[in-house]
Amino acid sequence: MAQQKEEQKKYEQYVKEVTPVHSLPQNMAKAFLVGGIICVIGQWILNIAKGYGLDKEMAGAWCSGILILASVILTGLNIYPKLAKFAGAGSLVPITGFANSVAASAIEYQKEGQVMGIGCKIFTIAGPVILYGIVTSWVLGLIYWLFQLM
Amino acid sequence: MNYINAFWVGGLICALVQILLDRTKLMPGRVMVLLVCLGAVLSAIGWFRPMQEYAGAGVSVPLLGFGNVLFEGVKKAVDENGFMGLFMGGFTASAVGISAALIFSYLASLIFKPKMKS
Repeated sequence: MAQQKEEQKKYEQYVKEVTPVHSLPQNMAKAFLVGGIICVIGQWILNIAKGYGLDKEMAGAWCSGILILASVILTGLNIYPKLAKFAGAGSLVPITGFANSVAASAIEYQKEGQVMGIGCKIFTIAGPVILYGIVTSWVLGLIYWLFQLM
Repeated sequence: MNYINAFWVGGLICALVQILLDRTKLMPGRVMVLLVCLGAVLSAIGWFRPMQEYAGAGVSVPLLGFGNVLFEGVKKAVDENGFMGLFMGGFTASAVGISAALIFSYLASLIFKPKMKS
């Protein structure tokens, strides 16, 4: 028993040693930097799209589409997860983070088959986001519709 | 210069969410859901548009922008089709984002093999 306890103590100390200590300000700075850069890339795509004479909506669609494609490719090449490790929320908050989690689950569960693997697991993150996004905007839309009636 | 505004506003949103991640037990999935819902609310109370005019991609690239697109879509569809628009606008407006994420991810699952997590 005594030996076991001592081992446990040793182990706890070991865990403490190897767990990286990141200060919140440092994490925030990294998130700020990477998140900011991703938004600048988005702005760059928007500006180019507007330069081609696209309206705000279509420019936004091109911007999302290109960012999503880039993120999926970087996820497949295992580059985006490395970026996420560094940037934390900086890579999670932009739409690229959403695309990353959709692609990551699709790739990871391909062994479990087309339907129960990729088909189900691709919605692990996309499902909740779509569900609550649609429901929230429906409720808000309902309020808007009621205001229109009055 | 719209790049500078996009940078600092987008960066600020990410830095604030980093506090949530570090100080609470919120998982990434919940954070994303929260951001989308918050974006829809900001859009509905009319705050999103001025923010977007100032920061451009700084607010539309974060998932807040996805929520905004959803509500804008519902609003537009309600204006055009009345009550039924409530059931049309959301998916119409978010079609590009959702389709792109699903289609590209599916194709990626055919091309790429799972990697060991490092």
